[in-house]
Amino acid sequence: MTPGIQASFTKRFADGPVIRAENLHASTNGVTVLFGPSGSGKTTMLRCLAGLEQPEAGQIQFDGEVWFDSDSKKIVPARKRNTGFVPQDYALFPHLTVAANIGYGLYGQSATKKKARVSEIVRWLGLDKLETRLPHELSGGQQQRVGLARAVVRRPRLLLLDEPLSALDTPTRQRLRGELRSQLLQLGIPAILVTHDRYEAAALGDQLVVLDQGLMLQTGPVADVINHPTNLAVAAIVGTETVLLGHLTRVSDGLATVNVNGHEFTALAEDLPSGANAVHLCIRAEDVILIQNGGAPASARNRLSATVLALAPEGPMMRIELDCGFPLKALLTRQACDELALKAGASVVALIKAPHIHLIPR
Amino acid sequence: MTPAEWQIVAFTAGMAVLSTALILVPGVTLAWCLARLRWRGKSLVETVVALPLVLPPVVTGLVLLKLFGRRGPLGHWLYSEFHLDIVFTWRAVALALAVMSFPLLVRTARAAIEEVNPTLEQMARTLGAGEWRVFFTITLPLAKRGLLAGTLLAFARALGEFGATIMVAGNIPGVTTTLSTDIYQLVQLGEDSHAWTLAGISLALAFAALWISERLQARSKI
Repeated sequence: MTPGIQASFTKRFADGPVIRAENLHASTNGVTVLFGPSGSGKTTMLRCLAGLEQPEAGQIQFDGEVWFDSDSKKIVPARKRNTGFVPQDYALFPHLTVAANIGYGLYGQSATKKKARVSEIVRWLGLDKLETRLPHELSGGQQQRVGLARAVVRRPRLLLLDEPLSALDTPTRQRLRGELRSQLLQLGIPAILVTHDRYEAAALGDQLVVLDQGLMLQTGPVADVINHPTNLAVAAIVGTETVLLGHLTRVSDGLATVNVNGHEFTALAEDLPSGANAVHLCIRAEDVILIQNGGAPASARNRLSATVLALAPEGPMMRIELDCGFPLKALLTRQACDELALKAGASVVALIKAPHIHLIPR
Repeated sequence: MTPAEWQIVAFTAGMAVLSTALILVPGVTLAWCLARLRWRGKSLVETVVALPLVLPPVVTGLVLLKLFGRRGPLGHWLYSEFHLDIVFTWRAVALALAVMSFPLLVRTARAAIEEVNPTLEQMARTLGAGEWRVFFTITLPLAKRGLLAGTLLAFARALGEFGATIMVAGNIPGVTTTLSTDIYQLVQLGEDSHAWTLAGISLALAFAALWISERLQARSKI
């Protein structure tokens, strides 16, 4: 028996791509992110797992229990799967108070039990004093938490979240990212989350599944997939970004020092919550400056010795894969490449200004 | 107002209430099936239900007369099994009013149910709710204003029904005469002042029904 969710299925749409989940797997702990552009089939996969839509063919299992099997025509209805679902706009019941929304899944339990469980969840997510409000009286961030509270109140076996932060304004979204990840980990159940935002994927995910046109293109740990796309399609979807997992070693004077595989990076410490330890460093390829080996002193705080691994033309630009003890991507004009005489195997120095390193707390 | 006029008002209002009550559950059920399920023959059923809206009411009345007359297929069965007479009795009045107001109820209720975001119902299902619970805790409360409007519309339509009623129930004073058929009769006889009294009552009833509907809807606003 494979623990967690194990799914392989196809789902056809009248005017869209055929969606193929091939060995989609999310095990007992951690967050699996389905990542891809809109129309790539992420939401449909999530809805099939929840039982809100049925695939044409294939199998969905959870902890070895069959939820869907096209061969034996077995379908476990959504209400018997015990999944927690947080849809894109939260879909809170507009006529019910916050407490009634959260308690909806506790039908059949005694009033005392119900009340105890609801207040437990309310306390956990900091929704105190909001219990008697109606959904339209809540801020976006509060609605998101009520949506999560409603989904987890029954102690679901699997949590499914469809773009859980996309309905929020940018500051709220950034604030809630770190919060949501720690909440998901505290639950200790497998969670599958859909997003089209790579920062969200990096902030929330452990495993990343890249989707396009209904196909699962690549699966693996978040940083692995982003730094080592197996093909051009994945590279285009994840973008020209380097994502490195590091540990915060020091914060002083608004600057953060982050250790990645023994290398120290300096970045701005903006928006870092206190107590953050693990962080993802995101570096855009166009923010990486290359100079010749042994070049003159520079103002950039981050200076890395690198070896050129590969060059690939990308329009008027050149995409350079570098090895600094970890992978790094750079995007240079062809002219610059010519002047530096860049070729595979060449040794260079990569410069990155501190404000160009984007830290995402985990 | 004479006792005879009171009798007609009470009879008409009573028949409208009865016919509306009769179609409420089947009408909302059908509206739900049309709004939420995909099934074969759906468009045919939709068309048949909508027919009384566009068919001349006397034609609907004629069809009912032939179906429910003692020699008609349904009328014959009802008479032989239950000794029930339909045509030219108060039952025919209720039947005619029900058939004529049914499409209004179904169409309004269907629109109200379709306006409920299906994601809300789906969320209720993922939270363990069965179809009955989804309907009574999510769909019904969220569609209630539209359902109420449909019910009152059906009631108001029933109050003024004429064509089908006169075909299938006739105009038997004290037995099947309604406000509309009596007004017609009075005008035929040149008793315009009586006709105007009843017309005024019709207006008052229709006004009251719509006013109550407005009040109820305003109060149920979230």
